[in-house]
Amino acid sequence: MAGVWIIAEQRDGEFRKITYEVASAAKKVADELGTEVTAVVLGSGMEGACADLGKFGVAKVLYGDGEAFAAYTTEAYTNACAALIKDGAPDVVLMGASMQGKDLGGRLAARLDTGIAVDCTALAVDGGKLKATRPMYAGKVYADVFINGTPQIASLRPNVFDISETGAQAAVESVAADAGEVKAVVAEVQAAEEGKIDLTEATVIVSGGRGMKDADNFKILEELAGKLNAAVGASRSAVDAGWRSHTDQVGQTGKVVTPNLYIACGISGAIQHLAGMGSSKVIVAINKDPDAPIHTKADYCVVGDLFDVVPELTKDI
Amino acid sequence: MNIVVCIKQVPDTEAVIKIAGDGKSIDTGDIKWVMNPYDEFGVEEALRIVKDQGGEVTVIGAGPARVVEALRTALAMGADKAIHIKDDDLYGADPIAVAKMLAKAIEPLGADIIFFGQRAVDDDSGVVSSAVAELLGLPQLSVVTKVELADGKVKGTRPVEGQTLVLEAPLPVVISAQKGLNEPRYASLPGIMKAKKKPLETKAPADLGVERADAIEIAVLNPPPDRAPGKTVEGETPAELAANLAKLLKEEAKVI
Repeated sequence: MAGVWIIAEQRDGEFRKITYEVASAAKKVADELGTEVTAVVLGSGMEGACADLGKFGVAKVLYGDGEAFAAYTTEAYTNACAALIKDGAPDVVLMGASMQGKDLGGRLAARLDTGIAVDCTALAVDGGKLKATRPMYAGKVYADVFINGTPQIASLRPNVFDISETGAQAAVESVAADAGEVKAVVAEVQAAEEGKIDLTEATVIVSGGRGMKDADNFKILEELAGKLNAAVGASRSAVDAGWRSHTDQVGQTGKVVTPNLYIACGISGAIQHLAGMGSSKVIVAINKDPDAPIHTKADYCVVGDLFDVVPELTKDI
Repeated sequence: MNIVVCIKQVPDTEAVIKIAGDGKSIDTGDIKWVMNPYDEFGVEEALRIVKDQGGEVTVIGAGPARVVEALRTALAMGADKAIHIKDDDLYGADPIAVAKMLAKAIEPLGADIIFFGQRAVDDDSGVVSSAVAELLGLPQLSVVTKVELADGKVKGTRPVEGQTLVLEAPLPVVISAQKGLNEPRYASLPGIMKAKKKPLETKAPADLGVERADAIEIAVLNPPPDRAPGKTVEGETPAELAANLAKLLKEEAKVI
């Protein structure tokens, strides 16, 4: 069968946006290699949804149905995907560098005894092989890597690859997928705070640093974020001060983010922070210190007091 | 409880990363090396579990001679012994190749829990823990912010996009630690003195019966793409600054 395969990602029976990003990127790689895209979908009661992946360039879907696949677990997905991959022998396997893809990728690569390039931001074909570009040192350098072994596995950073609608309906084939032995199970699912957007998925992030002065002041960022449908992030110093949860931290020891718009408020721009948000598409810095390093990274520099400027901006948007 | 913590030595997060003359590796000349920050959470959690339940903590690190400094740091924090897989050429190697070495070193130790940091802040791959779990045939709890042990089982709290999962697995298990799991302790002066006398075993990859075979190969390292110089937003008052910024974001950048 060969070709380019993707591992789809779903939650509660619906494909996640990353699946469309990966499918669109896979289609481009497949076109260059002169082959087609096959998607592996594991889930429960999802037959109906599978054909729609055709819109994003998927020619064929291998659908494995089972209660064990309703929610992602490492072992069930590894067992089923590895068996299908061994059988179908694709040249390339792509997945999201989401929490699922990051968890699955290493295990799958070890099982198949092949290489994996994680969290890639660009893909190309060079000499018939996949060339993957991936940031290292949180974006302080970018590596072009080749993957030895078959298949060549790569995971793609969310919100970087464009979604392109090219195709029609995919052919869906039901396959026998075996979850095998699963030792680590999901005991409980706790929903996140209502309406809170995860930083790694956000297309707009409003972030605060030491200049916020205390936890309460983040309210003004929350208000701006509410208008922009944005997530609220924080620099390490704001997290270390206890103003925000560690899950909100952007930087080399926090989350590496790639939103379309990143608004840095009262953030000086320590090298660790710049590394974590430096590949945002558009960066705004609001800082009263004109010499703050954040201004050297920003596309739009506002030299002013965030406590005056941010509420005005909220009104204007 | 017999706990193994795998640690990596990485450049300090404040380090400026320069590309070396070969174009494929980094210039290590001016770099200050530290224990990977996420690994500190693994060491701390291991020490807390052993304090509570008894047992022993072994730390393992792979790489050139300088990696001993990171292992000594973990010993000074309170780990009991260390294993150094010494290979001068290992820094920058493929993480799956490193996982194979670590798995061979861990196998004979009979560990109940194997901790990792959720990713190393140098190659940012985050695949070694799950690869080691696979090679040892163990379940994995990845990127956890809370660990609870009871009745031979372990529960790990794992934040994913928009949800938090509580995963449960029987021992032995591989756990990768995320920030928020605990507050790692600093090595005390008496701890540093004691660490000098703690056992530190050195093994070569050949002693473990593995040959390094990298499954990914770096063709070239490039600096981050250049950004066009920024534009200073004009305005005399905060209201003017905000209005001009909103206009630029809507009409020029078209991001809102």
